[in-house]
Amino acid sequence: MENLIGLLVAVPLLGAALLLCGGRRLDGKGHYIGTVLAAASFAIGAVLFADMLGRGEHDRALHSKVFSWIPVGGFRADVAFQLDQLSMTFVLLITGVGTLIHIYSIGYMEHDERRRRFFGYLNLFLAAMLLLVLADNYLLLYVGWEGVGLASYLLIGFWQHKPSAATAAKKAFIVNRVGDVGLSIAIMLMFTTFGTFAFAPVLSNAGDAGEGKVTAIGLMLLLAACGKSAQVPLQSWLGDAMEGPTPVSALIHAATMVTAGVYLITRSGAIFNAAPDAQAAVVAVGAVTLLFGAIVGCAKDDIKKALAGSTMSQIGYMILAAGLGPIGYVFAIMHLVTHGFFKAGLFLGAGSVMHAMNDEVDMRKYGGLRKYMPVTFVTFGLGYLAIIGFPGLSGFWSKDKIIEAAFAKGGTEGWILGGAALLGAAITAYYMTRVMLLTFFGEKRWVPDEEGHEPHPHESPSSMTIPMIVLAVGSVFAGGLFSLNDAFLKWLEPVTGHSHGDSPLSAAAVTGGTMVVLLIGVALAWAQYGRRPVPRTAPRGSLLTRAARRDLLQDDFNHVALVKPGQYLTRGLVYVDHKLVDGVVNGTAASVGGLSGRLRKLQNGYARTYAVSMFGGTAVLIAATLLMRAV
Amino acid sequence: MSFPLLTATALVPALGAVATAAVPAAQRAAAKWVALGFSLVTLALAAVVLVRFDPGGAHFQLTESHPWIKDFGVRYELGVDGIAVALIALTAVLIPFIILAGWHDADPLEGARPNRRWRPTQGFFALILMVEAMVVISFEATDVFLFYIFFEAMLIPMYFLIGGFGDRAGGRSEEETATQRSYAAVKFLLYNLAGGLIMLAAVVGLYAVTADQLGTGTFSLQEIVQARTGGHLDMATSTERLLFLGFFFAFAVKAPLWPLHTWLPNAMGESTAPVAVLITAVVDKVGTFAMLRFCLQLFPEASKWATPAILILALISIIYGALLAIGQRDIKRLIAYASISHFGFIILGIFAMTTQGQGGATLYMVNHGVSTAALMLVAGFLITRRGSRLIADYGGVQKVAPVLAGTFLIGGLATLSLPGLAPFISEFLVLVGTFSRYPVFGVIATVGIVLAALYVLILYQRTMTGPVKDEVRSMPDLRVRELVVVAPLIALLIFLGVYPKPLADIVNPAVDHTMSVVDKKDPKPDHPVTDAGWFSYSPKSEGASHGGAQHEGAHHNGAHHDGASGGAK
Repeated sequence: MENLIGLLVAVPLLGAALLLCGGRRLDGKGHYIGTVLAAASFAIGAVLFADMLGRGEHDRALHSKVFSWIPVGGFRADVAFQLDQLSMTFVLLITGVGTLIHIYSIGYMEHDERRRRFFGYLNLFLAAMLLLVLADNYLLLYVGWEGVGLASYLLIGFWQHKPSAATAAKKAFIVNRVGDVGLSIAIMLMFTTFGTFAFAPVLSNAGDAGEGKVTAIGLMLLLAACGKSAQVPLQSWLGDAMEGPTPVSALIHAATMVTAGVYLITRSGAIFNAAPDAQAAVVAVGAVTLLFGAIVGCAKDDIKKALAGSTMSQIGYMILAAGLGPIGYVFAIMHLVTHGFFKAGLFLGAGSVMHAMNDEVDMRKYGGLRKYMPVTFVTFGLGYLAIIGFPGLSGFWSKDKIIEAAFAKGGTEGWILGGAALLGAAITAYYMTRVMLLTFFGEKRWVPDEEGHEPHPHESPSSMTIPMIVLAVGSVFAGGLFSLNDAFLKWLEPVTGHSHGDSPLSAAAVTGGTMVVLLIGVALAWAQYGRRPVPRTAPRGSLLTRAARRDLLQDDFNHVALVKPGQYLTRGLVYVDHKLVDGVVNGTAASVGGLSGRLRKLQNGYARTYAVSMFGGTAVLIAATLLMRAV
Repeated sequence: MSFPLLTATALVPALGAVATAAVPAAQRAAAKWVALGFSLVTLALAAVVLVRFDPGGAHFQLTESHPWIKDFGVRYELGVDGIAVALIALTAVLIPFIILAGWHDADPLEGARPNRRWRPTQGFFALILMVEAMVVISFEATDVFLFYIFFEAMLIPMYFLIGGFGDRAGGRSEEETATQRSYAAVKFLLYNLAGGLIMLAAVVGLYAVTADQLGTGTFSLQEIVQARTGGHLDMATSTERLLFLGFFFAFAVKAPLWPLHTWLPNAMGESTAPVAVLITAVVDKVGTFAMLRFCLQLFPEASKWATPAILILALISIIYGALLAIGQRDIKRLIAYASISHFGFIILGIFAMTTQGQGGATLYMVNHGVSTAALMLVAGFLITRRGSRLIADYGGVQKVAPVLAGTFLIGGLATLSLPGLAPFISEFLVLVGTFSRYPVFGVIATVGIVLAALYVLILYQRTMTGPVKDEVRSMPDLRVRELVVVAPLIALLIFLGVYPKPLADIVNPAVDHTMSVVDKKDPKPDHPVTDAGWFSYSPKSEGASHGGAQHEGAHHNGAHHDGASGGAK
């Protein structure tokens, strides 16, 4: 069984190598190869899952050391995998949703001449993401961590001929690199503290290292998580990442890669448990981001950017839950999985709509699409109900638990966090209802594009609708299934630990409150977008709306605070290097040798003579010294 | 007497240079094949050195020792440790690719009048082989004077390579190109000669000290190190520091270290891409190599004395080089400044005086050589096609030449140390090695990680993506010869990124030796985990909501249920 773990990573990696190096002769069947290999990796995951279920709950972890990777002195890194319940959950999510999205892409990317390469990148992503969740140490995790970053870079910029796509890809990579610095420093700290950075020894000893050290490690891990999971203050790349093809947004920028930060924090639970200050930072980041993303989501007219804001916000919930410690780990992961279903479904629905509307993304130019695209409408609608937390659907179960856990944190902190989570739920209901109404209800508002082509909305081919249906089923039932007998809790508890806090509110009160704010959010959206016709061009809007449209000025801030000063700095340094450093060193050399006059001849063609005379001088010097010794 | 393998490894390229130069003017095509053939034989010899070298054996192996200038105590003394073996292998691997990449760089210009006596092609390849011979023997020499001779002599062929065979793609007039080129060549020469002269004084000084204290003067590295450790040789503090500075200055020019770096962008910018690779990937490595071998081992106390200053200069190099790379408009100058940043990392690793730092620095020398070769050679192919070095003259290349763009990206990703490719490992080791002794310096150096992503991705974005520019529309993709150059380098980058152990195993004992000569030990972890195998971590459930009780539970409960012998405590 252990050997299968490595295969899980190797299979999609093989696919990537095949598709990217295979050349044109694979153009005709590349997408099938990619899809079959993704499915194969899912099948291996399923076999391992069945095997794991057959063992007792404390006996489920598997370990497989493949080879010794970097042995230098006391620094030992292995290529070794660890498969426990937490990794297993991710493996099934990644390969499952991944396979569905491969299938969907067969149809979605049908007319793209570089489809083979697209599938190669998707396979590369799967391999890297699986490596990330299966690594048994932080350094190998780092490889997967940057590997998914690379895949994300390549896929956001897949349509590189569009400058906006190329810029977005670069931005995503660079912002993520800032986060990666955090991960690097965390690993260095682990090495100097424990002499190792493998999960088991570090986590088992996290409590002994002293709170200062552990807090530093925790904060650095949080920085890494902020980059990958688009959390404030490193959130600015996610909206732009929507430049990538929609299946990519669904798989990487909604269901899997962006949740890696949640994985990192949950996996490192023992570190955060021993560092209350780091935990406080985590919940603060989560709470701020869940509101930040939700507000941005309200203002966007671009359907994918609205969903991106939503993703940021939902991951904020997960980070918040993970920051709560053992009360929240399980629910963070549970929400991560249900979110994987409904958000991937929503993105695929959005892709289906764009496919039908000549790649139009402005929701103000949609309207009334439910009549033209019934399957998309129903599946998207179920995803919508799931995300706002409609009773009984997936999001209801997982989000409710997080809100409950936030209150259970206790004290003023609990009230603030719980309040933020509730407010977020209201805004979620508002912006998602807005998306729903603008897209599928009301009058049709589409117009012919610049070349005079009127869109003819139509339902998408079955290769696209089937994955949407499967994800919709998951969005409806997953949460309920997970909550039956606390199945998900019992499954993960041996890995993450769990504790019940003392909630000042009863579970029923929290649920009731959530329902009330949900209704308020839906009603507000209906009042604004359902009751009266929607203008094709956005009204000017309030100051907050305008700020939210500009992603709450995050790019403007970065531009003023980082980009501009950076440009001045590099330009200034180029000047300094040329005029000053070069000049001073040349000048010093010249004056030391008393050769300033001759140095000027450099440009005058005496250069060679001068060099020869230097050489001659050296030779004479050597000879003279030799002679002196001999005498 | 056994076969002098090390001499042969250096002698073959030297003979190759002579043979190549001797090819008649009319047969210039044959000269290329002769040069390639000799470089391949050298590669084979280097492979034999690699195989014959026993990592567990003596420090210096395959030694040869003959008296040379008896009166002066100079010996012809060769020997290799793991670090030298790795760098000889790097040199021997890169030269055939450099020759192959520069296949047409010294062809007579079209329309030039045939001249039966002018033989630039022969000269170009002969000079490359000459440089190889001198670099190899510099890595092998364990006699300080012998090393010095070749360290300096290397400048002659390099000078002619830079000054005589410049990049034809400056986008400027012939005359201005020639002026720039000769300026670059002379600047290269003057900087390095100045370094060399100061080093010469120190070399002589070293002889005076040994002659004074040991009775007979010597340049033998082994003898001096032994005399030092045996207590027979005790340099006065000020003498040792002066001598150290003399050596270090020469190596810092060659490496190059800020602020002595300004010759490198000129030299790399004006020379052809293969020669630029020769400079930065091969010749400059002699500088960092010599810091490890000579500065640290001859003058351990002075090295430790100078460490803080050198670390700061290295940090400045890292960040300054990266920032300047971001600001460049010329592709080759950009890569040159990136190299300055990387040399900062190498020097940081060497003077961090930890196993990880020095091991990482050595691997860094190898990996930087391969990754820069990949990036620079592809850049050279690109520049030859368009006839311009300016980034702004490109755009949308990936659309018309996807393989070229893809390999360029991989070279770039290696340059920014993407995990999975070789440079990541060395860079991370240097960072860890620095951090464990100087946490603040280690953290500052990580800024280089972000800046590297900036200069590489900005370069890629501006040249390869976006709408296709008219001037690049008819650009052909990589040809077979070019693929033969690039593909193996990329394969090597991946291999050394995934499985660096064979290389690390060769380098490690040499690093341990250096560490023991400078009398430094790695800092111990604060809470070392005595880990003897894998055991899974499982937390205790139903503790308090958070804080003390929970993590107490965590480690007491740290389960060892899979039967592994290891314990947490």
